[in-house]
Amino acid sequence: MRFMFIVTSPSPANPSPELLEAMGKLADREIKAGRMLDNGGLMPVATGAQVRIADGQLSVVDGPFVEAKEVVGGYAIFELRNKEEALAAAVEFMQLHKDFLPGWEGTCELRAFASPPH
Amino acid sequence: MTAADTNRAILAIWRIEQPRLITSLARMLRDVPLAEDLTQEALVAAFERWPVTGVPEKPGWLMTTAKHRALDHLRRGRMLERKHEMVTWDMEAEQHSMPDLDAALDDDIGDELLRLIFTACHPRLPREARTALALRMICGLTTEEIARAFLLPEATIAQRIVRAKRTLSESGLAYETPCGDELSQRLSSVLEVVYLIFNEGYTAARGQDWLRPQLCNEALRMGRVLTAVAPHEPEAHGLLALMELNASRTAARTDPEGEPILILEQNRALWDRLQIRRGMQALGRARALGGVGGIYVLQAAIIACHAQAGTADDTDWPRIAGLYAELAAVMRSPIVELNRAVAVGMADGPEAALALVQRLAGEPALKSYHLLPSVLGDLLRKLDRYEEAQVAFEAAAALTGNRRERDLLLRRASEAAAAAKSRAISA
Repeated sequence: MRFMFIVTSPSPANPSPELLEAMGKLADREIKAGRMLDNGGLMPVATGAQVRIADGQLSVVDGPFVEAKEVVGGYAIFELRNKEEALAAAVEFMQLHKDFLPGWEGTCELRAFASPPH
Repeated sequence: MTAADTNRAILAIWRIEQPRLITSLARMLRDVPLAEDLTQEALVAAFERWPVTGVPEKPGWLMTTAKHRALDHLRRGRMLERKHEMVTWDMEAEQHSMPDLDAALDDDIGDELLRLIFTACHPRLPREARTALALRMICGLTTEEIARAFLLPEATIAQRIVRAKRTLSESGLAYETPCGDELSQRLSSVLEVVYLIFNEGYTAARGQDWLRPQLCNEALRMGRVLTAVAPHEPEAHGLLALMELNASRTAARTDPEGEPILILEQNRALWDRLQIRRGMQALGRARALGGVGGIYVLQAAIIACHAQAGTADDTDWPRIAGLYAELAAVMRSPIVELNRAVAVGMADGPEAALALVQRLAGEPALKSYHLLPSVLGDLLRKLDRYEEAQVAFEAAAALTGNRRERDLLLRRASEAAAAAKSRAISA
């Protein structure tokens, strides 16, 4: 099963060097173990843009966005056997944040890919 | 949480930690089969304990438990030694001087993992034993899971594993790494096992039990591990590329009834772009390492031609025909020759291909292979030789074991017969 991990936080903070190092090691291990297929961090939301449809109208909105509450900071794609494995991996990932970035709050959401239609 | 949920949660954590457990223990004990036994004991201990205590919040319980088992084992060995030699032994000192095996993320296990893979896939072991041992030691599958994946009784797999481990221990192969010339020979045994596991899952892509198709993912994982721990071996990257590119078509390979769809008729929108990208990267690395002529690299390069064609009509057939010619030169397989003929037919027309196929007609290995007359019929029909095409399609229909394929071939035979008749009338 393929999973996407999406990390969101209301208070995007620069990761500490310790966290970066620990996450780098974790990512390295997971790539070598053949579990992590892809990952990436995203630039601050202010540098992005949004294309929206509301009331049947299409509009383009450039950042920054005042109303942003939960900001997506990064993602990773894993190939795992089941949801339990995904949960165990996400817990391990978030434990690093707890250990190496005290005070940070955020969410790692894990979602299985929908199987292609048949 | 139900008991089944707890078991799945335990196995999930086990799978994260298992490679580190077995490699650390192998290094302590200098004995891979024994390390495997003791890591399994740690898993059994977790199964007994965690349903009562809950899953420990801090990681490392499995490692500590496994290490204790290993130390007990060493201690027992030392006691015996001491009785014989009257040597005093400070177990605590030994414990302190040992490398810090607990540092979960700080420890590069690459070399040890490579040793593990080579041990599990030792050519001295029967092929089925290598397969079972690899799934167990490298992927951390339980005996029950391996048995389900191969549709065999658990006792059969358990026995294979026990026997294989005994063979390793008794032949003094419990802890060694090949080097030099031996390495490439041993590597091909590893790649063979991985590809075997992949194909076992690939041919059963729609099996009743999810564990059979899951074998593809286990093989892919092993392939990725292998390229990480042996990054300079082009064929390891080639095999990974071949598996990633083949697996990228999984969703498009069968219709809703589970019947196969041929590559040229597949809906390419269902091909997995991420997997294609990974496959192309692996192929690129294999080529950069100078591995253009290896059997896995060549097969991957052929599949890559399909993966890169936006539509079936865009397929670069001259290149595929050329790659098959190279493959035929290193593999000497009539099936490769037949595939080459098909590619030549697409690239240069039916006349050129017909000569190649007719040369294969006497090949004993293809005597009951339905695709030989099927390809022949297709070429003859394209050359307007309808009567001969009809005979070939009928011969192919008689050889195939697949009902749907037989229907299709018989339909093509009667189409050829009808074309022959209408030509006779108009003449």
